[in-house]
Amino acid sequence: METLESILASHPFFHGLEKRYLELVTGCAANVRFRAGEFLFRDGEEAHQFFILREGRVALEIFAPGHGAVTVDTYGEGEILGWSWLVPPYHWHYDAQATEPVRAIALDGRCLRGKCEEDHELGYELLKRFAHIIEQRLSATRLQLLDVYGDRRR
Amino acid sequence: MATVAADNTAVRVSGTDPMRPEIYTVRRVHRESHDTFTLTLVRRDGGGGMRFAPGQFNMLYVFGVGEVPVSISGDPADGQVLVHTIRDVGAVTAALHRLKRGGTVGVRGPYGSSWPVRDGAGQDLMIVAGGIGLAPLRPAIYHVLSHREEYGHVVILYGARTPEDLLFVHDLEEWRARFDVHAYVTVDRALGTWRGHVGVVTNLIPRTPFEPGNTTALICGPEVMMRFTALELERRGVPLNRIMVSMERNMKCAVGFCGHCQYGPDFICRDGPVFPYGRIRMILMQREI
Ligand SMILES: Cc1cc2nc3c(=O)[nH]c(=O)nc-3n(C[C@H](O)[C@H](O)[C@H](O)COP(=O)(O)OP(=O)(O)OC[C@H]3O[C@@H](n4cnc5c(N)ncnc54)[C@H](O)[C@@H]3O)c2cc1C
Ligand code: FES
Repeated sequence: METLESILASHPFFHGLEKRYLELVTGCAANVRFRAGEFLFRDGEEAHQFFILREGRVALEIFAPGHGAVTVDTYGEGEILGWSWLVPPYHWHYDAQATEPVRAIALDGRCLRGKCEEDHELGYELLKRFAHIIEQRLSATRLQLLDVYGDRRR
Repeated sequence: MATVAADNTAVRVSGTDPMRPEIYTVRRVHRESHDTFTLTLVRRDGGGGMRFAPGQFNMLYVFGVGEVPVSISGDPADGQVLVHTIRDVGAVTAALHRLKRGGTVGVRGPYGSSWPVRDGAGQDLMIVAGGIGLAPLRPAIYHVLSHREEYGHVVILYGARTPEDLLFVHDLEEWRARFDVHAYVTVDRALGTWRGHVGVVTNLIPRTPFEPGNTTALICGPEVMMRFTALELERRGVPLNRIMVSMERNMKCAVGFCGHCQYGPDFICRDGPVFPYGRIRMILMQREI
């Protein structure tokens, strides 16, 4: 049977993480589901989770007056969503809406923060892995900003 | 033989001189997006379309305005018509945009190298297009899909600026509906009504099935997009000489005489536009070449 621990162990994000740490992390994990149209989180709310998406798609949106909701990124199967739980003051900066039915594993950020404070080695391991994700997202955002497909003259 | 074009320019028509255009007539103009359109041309003398290999281009001449290189975007198996998809960016492309059914275009070609679709048989195929770059890739996709059994996984990734900028919407729907093709479309940004992927096209690569060591990749789009896509595929282990990119430079003669399209030691019109990334990698990384 697929246990939460075996699912997390086989996810690339946790590759190479010591078993004792994997057990600690699993202790903060839970299966969650969202219906299409439902929000995983909303701008301004307290960020106390991150998600490992197992199925479906989530749109990261910014609500801009005069523009409505603008989607700036989407996430799907196998991807990690959310790192605001890691950075004070622990608030979300975007809305995350399920555009399809979503199945995910939610990791409780408060629980993880506590364990990271107790064991800085675990904290450093998680931080390195999130730094990698943040770096990738930053590069992708810069490419998006270049507007490479646009008309060269305008 | 000399013919008189619409604006009375005398145009010599001959199949043997590479500098002489043949006259084609516009059969259909199809609007793809606000600035991009597809022209379906037929030979004025009633002959068939044109034999070409996917990835090759023609010089399109609007009489009295000028000539520009444009890739062929139609089905290489369709011998009846010649199809080009064009983004209106300047003088000549705007004149092409103004053409109506029955209008006249001078065409010389086909020129240049092509996508190695036959060499890719037996392998996985990763086709990555950005913006107007889907046009030169479409003939390769037509070929691959009509010889589908010859390939392993076929992945088509297409990135555009917004949903309104997507080209070949009907084709995309057809490809996405097929069970034997992994076709994904992404846009840089979208209003909340768009239910597809958002983000750069390279984000899609990890989500697709392919065996890097046994993959041929065909990439066409803006240079920055091709560079980042090729880097990502290189990082994943696709051999450099099996990552193909199509380059663009301004052209004049298109037959290797004038040097206008020089790119490092190569002329894009003669040695390209399709190059193995391994051959031009160092130049692609340099500024202002
Ligand atoms: C091999 C090849 C295949 C091509 N295939 C297609 C195609 O399928 N569809 C299509 O829409 N376009 C294609 N192009 C690009 C097309 O040739 C140019 O957009 C066209 O030459 C612009 O001419 P113009 O007179 O309308 O614009 P201009 O007035 O000459 O230029 C308008 C603007 O575009 C810039 N520009 C023009 N040409 C280029 C270029 N080649 N590279 C970078 N910047 C340029 C100019 O600097 C200027 O800013 C291809 C080019 C090449 C070399
Ligand atoms: S356009 Fe003249 S050499 Fe290439």
